[in-house]
Parts: sequence; C-alpha cells; structure tokens
Amino acid sequence: MTATTATPPTFTDEQSGRSTFVRDALTVFRRAMRISLRNPVWAVMGLLQPVLYLSLFGPLLEPLAPQLGATNAYQLFVPGLLVQLGMFGALFVGFGLIGEWRDGVIEAERVSPAPRSALVVGRVLRDVIVVAVQGVVLVSVAFLFGLEAPFWGIVLGIVTAALLAAAFASASYAVALTLKSEDALAPLMNGVALPLLLLSGILLPITAASAPAWLNTLSNLNPIKHVVSGIRAQFDGDIGSATALWGSALTIVLAAVGLWFGSRTFKREDG
Amino acid sequence: MIHARGLARTYKTRRGDVDAVRGVDLDVEAGEIVGFLGPNGAGKTTTLRMLTTLLRPTRGEATVAGADLRRDPGAVRRRIGYVAQSGSTSGEARAGEEVVDHALLYGVERSVATSRGRTLFEQLELDGLWDRKCSSLSGGQRRRLDIVTGLIHTPRLVFLDEPTTGLDPQARANLWTHVRGLRDERGSTVFLTTHYLDEADALCDRILVIDHGQIVAQGSPEELKQRVSGDAVLLSAAQQSDVARIAAIAAQLPGADVPTVDGHLVEVRVPAGRTLLAGLLRSLDAEGIELAGVELRRPTLDDVFLTLTGRSLRDGESPARSSEGAAA
Ligand SMILES: Nc1ncnc2c1ncn2[C@@H]1O[C@H](COP(=O)(O)OP(=O)(O)OP(=O)(O)O)[C@@H](O)[C@H]1O
Ligand SMILES: [Mg+2]
Repeated sequence: MTATTATPPTFTDEQSGRSTFVRDALTVFRRAMRISLRNPVWAVMGLLQPVLYLSLFGPLLEPLAPQLGATNAYQLFVPGLLVQLGMFGALFVGFGLIGEWRDGVIEAERVSPAPRSALVVGRVLRDVIVVAVQGVVLVSVAFLFGLEAPFWGIVLGIVTAALLAAAFASASYAVALTLKSEDALAPLMNGVALPLLLLSGILLPITAASAPAWLNTLSNLNPIKHVVSGIRAQFDGDIGSATALWGSALTIVLAAVGLWFGSRTFKREDG
Repeated sequence: MIHARGLARTYKTRRGDVDAVRGVDLDVEAGEIVGFLGPNGAGKTTTLRMLTTLLRPTRGEATVAGADLRRDPGAVRRRIGYVAQSGSTSGEARAGEEVVDHALLYGVERSVATSRGRTLFEQLELDGLWDRKCSSLSGGQRRRLDIVTGLIHTPRLVFLDEPTTGLDPQARANLWTHVRGLRDERGSTVFLTTHYLDEADALCDRILVIDHGQIVAQGSPEELKQRVSGDAVLLSAAQQSDVARIAAIAAQLPGADVPTVDGHLVEVRVPAGRTLLAGLLRSLDAEGIELAGVELRRPTLDDVFLTLTGRSLRDGESPARSSEGAAA
C-alpha cells in the first residue's frame, strides 16, 4: 500500500441509486441530435426524398384518384408517404450505430451507470424528431400540390408516422448491435422492408376490389397496412373511427415492442 | 478494491469454444497501481471486460469497488472508470463534447464536467483540441482523449486497457506521471494492462502476469526480477574463432550457468555480474582474446516472463495462436 491521502478523496461516483432514465435519455438524445445536425447532407437528403415522391410520382396518381374512391389524390397518397418516411427514415439508423460501436462509444456508454433503455430511447427520440420534421415538410409541400385535409388529422398522421419510426429505429438498433456488420444489416433490412412496403398499400391501396383474394388476405396480416389505413382515416377527418384507432393502437404496440427489443439488446453481456 | 475468485470466460464461436480466461483469482487493494501483463491473446481485455460489467463471466465471482459484480453491476459501474483498448469516442463528435456527455451519464454537473475536462485536457496536453472533431485527432491525441473520458467522473477505481499504445515516449512519461498522481493525490486505485515491461516496472506497485488465461506470477517488480537468477554478461568476440575459448572461460566464472553462443555473441548468467566483470576481462586479455564489445544486463521483466512462460513477451504473434490451439 503506497497511497496515503491527506485530504478525503473527492470521488463523485457515489451518486444515489435512483433512476436516471430521463436525464440520461436526454443526454444521449442531445448528443445524437447534435451529431446529426452537423451532417447537413444527411438531413437535406432526408427532406428531399418525400418532396421527390410528391413531385415525380404524385402527378401520376391525380387522374387515378376517382377510380380509387378518393376525391383528392394527395389525401390518399400523403398518408402512404408518411408511413414510408416513418419506415425508411428509421430502418437504416442501425448503420450509424455500428459505426459508433466500432469506435467504442457503445461500450463506453454501457460501462456507465446509465440505464440501458436510456441509451436506446435517447437515440430513438432523435430519429422520431427527425421523421416528424420531415413529415411536416412533406405535408406542407403537399399542400402546394393541392392536398386537402383537416388539421388534427394531419397532426395525428404525423405523430403516427413518428411512432412507427420509433418502432423501426429500435428494431434497426437491436439488429445492428446483434449483427455488428453493415454488410449483413443492409440486405436484412431491405429484405424485411420491401415485402412490408409492398403489402401495405402505401402507393396504391390494396382492397378486396383491387387485389386478388390471396394478396388481400396476405396484406391484411401486415400491420403496416392497418397503420396506413389509420392515417388515411385521420386525413379524411375520421379521427375517432375504428380504422383510425386500430391503426394508432397497432403503432403504439409496434413502438413498445421495438423499444423493448432494443433495450434488451443493449443489456446483453455476451461479447 | 478488487477481489475475484475463479473468474473465467469461454467465448462460443462457430469454430468451437475459446477459453479466453480460465479461473483468475486476483486481489487489488485500495490505492495500488497494479499492472496486468501478458502477451497478445492472454486474456487481459477479457478479464477487464468482466470486471467492468461488460461481459458476463462464465464462472467465478468478484467484488469490484465494494459491490458484487453479478448482483449489483449498477453500483460497480458508478464507482469505476474504464478506458477500453479500442477507444471510446465517436469520430463524428467533437472532443470536448464527447467528454462532457460522458460525464453527464455519471450525474456530474455540466459546468463541473466542463471545467474538469478542460483541466484534464491541459494535463494530458490536449490544449486547444476541445472543439476538434475526434476523427481529425492524431492517433495519440485520440488515445489521450479516451483516457480523459475514462477519468472525467473521478472514479475511485480506474481500469486502463493498454493506455499507452500509440503514445510517443514523452506523452507516455506524462501519462505515467498522471497515473501516479491519481494514486498519490486522490487515493485512486489503478488497474492497467500493458505489453511494455518498462511501463509495468516504472509505474506499478504490483504486477500480475497472465498467460493462456491464467495468472502465472505476481509480485512487485523487484520480487519478480529476483526470480531470475543473476545478471546476463554478453561478450561479443572480435574473431569468430575465439568464440569457443570465450565460452570456456565464461563458464568458469563462480556460479555461472552454461553459456549460450549465438554467432559472435556469448551470453552467460552469473550472480552479481558487476563484481566479476573486471576479472573476466583480465583473464580474456591474458589469453590474448580480443573483444568487440561487452555488455552487462540486469534482469528485465522480459527475462522474468521468459523464465515463467518459456516465451518472450515480444514475439507477439505466436502466443495468440497457441492460446487458441490450447483452447480447442
Ligand atoms: N468476442 C470474442 N469471441 C471469440 N473469441 C474471443 C473474443 N474476444 C477475445 N477472444 C479470444 O480470447 C482470447 C483472449 O483475448 P483478449 O482480448 O482477452 O486478449 P488480450 O490479453 O487482451 O490480448 P491483446 O494483448 O492482444 O489485447 C484470444 O484468444 C482471443 O482470440
Ligand atoms: Mg487486449
């Protein structure tokens, strides 16, 4: 024993054991947001994508709208784009996490006393806010193209899309931290996302009338389809309808499952 | 401060199990600087990751900083700092922010973290790099940033996994001073791994030598050095033809072991080589033997390692392979 300390040690490490979830989630969120905002290419591309869809794909839908039972093509189309934004804005966030893992950031955070769930929730909060902002831009531009929809329907629609982003972002983080390889993550995410997208009626609604029976049945098993239908109902002003409520409830369940899955992955101590 | 019994970890891989750590017992007292020395693949990082709650031990128990590793990992985490071998900061983030954010996760006030961080930046010679993107730092600067990050919450127990890799000699010496300061001024306990024998020798109160996942020796640097008998006398012959005669004369030194010959070089181990050297040179001179050079070497930890494990610390490649082979 070589140490002799004249003054009592100034350790600040004996913090109380109380939960620091909110504080730590906000710390992680602020850090993630700061890094995202410093990368303008990424933010601009995210905003550009929905605008490209609106301007390059929207006009094709306009003449089809009456056939699909809608008076306004954008009322039909924008909810689908919001869901697509929620999915694709969040599916690939795992890539950034793999980079952070490689830099040792995840391990450094995991050795701190921060609750593991806060490490996930903080990052997911950043992704949710990014998607919400993109959703607002999307809807604003859609108004220029001729969207007509009630205010509260739009607000709920954007919130739903953001919650969906929470589900997909958490799942992306969980899978990323399990695979730890970009090369494995990309095909897996695409492989899951594409059927979900095609079977959701995002671009063209899948109904008993428009699709073969088997395709319609299959699509009904896809929760994303019900989320899209829910947002469409919200855009139609049927905020309290069964379709709208069912869509919102499903989204909340998806988000909860995603966050649980993500937190569990961060908790694991197996290598 | 650390008490571990039978700590073991087996990694499951597709090609079979790897017994990275096989039953490590260790005790580190408060206020000690303990060096964990071993070749590549010996199990140093695995042991550290278990002691810091990052990796669940396959077997064994440990108390770290007064808390049980398995039952209360939260308390362990609050009381320790860890500098990982492979870094801890994101290339995308800025140096100062990364440090402050890390401190916030320990409940340190932002203002306190900032002033403490700036002081540490100064002490570890990172002045002026607070706002730099981490990816733009040099390797050694980034390494020192990792160390700042691990120390920012003034933990009572610090784990440093090869803290000085990539540091230039001056930065290395500066870090040693800093680590000693942690012990002397704050009473912190430091547990560090290293490949550098001079580092363990110069810095550590006690050294644990690990090989193939097991502790093969421990003691103060002095105690370990005493395990190797005597000094090495190296005689380099001016003429190759003299080598055999030199070896014969060297072998007659009191207490000498059998000299080894390597080209022009004759090496012999003798107790207290210093007192024998003058006489040895005289007898060689009397025989008319000319020497190109003479060297007297005190035993180094490298010699200790060689004696204990049969391998030199510096042939970095083979240990990792043989470790895996032994595990299979
Ligand atoms: N995640 C892992 N999966 C499988 N094997 C692993 C894993 N991590 C380490 N190992 C193996 O366990 C053994 C010990 O590795 P460890 O990283 O603890 O060594 P080390 O003493 O820190 O070596 P170095 O000096 O190179 O840092 C090695 O044989 C290594 O290949
Ligand atoms: Mg290591």
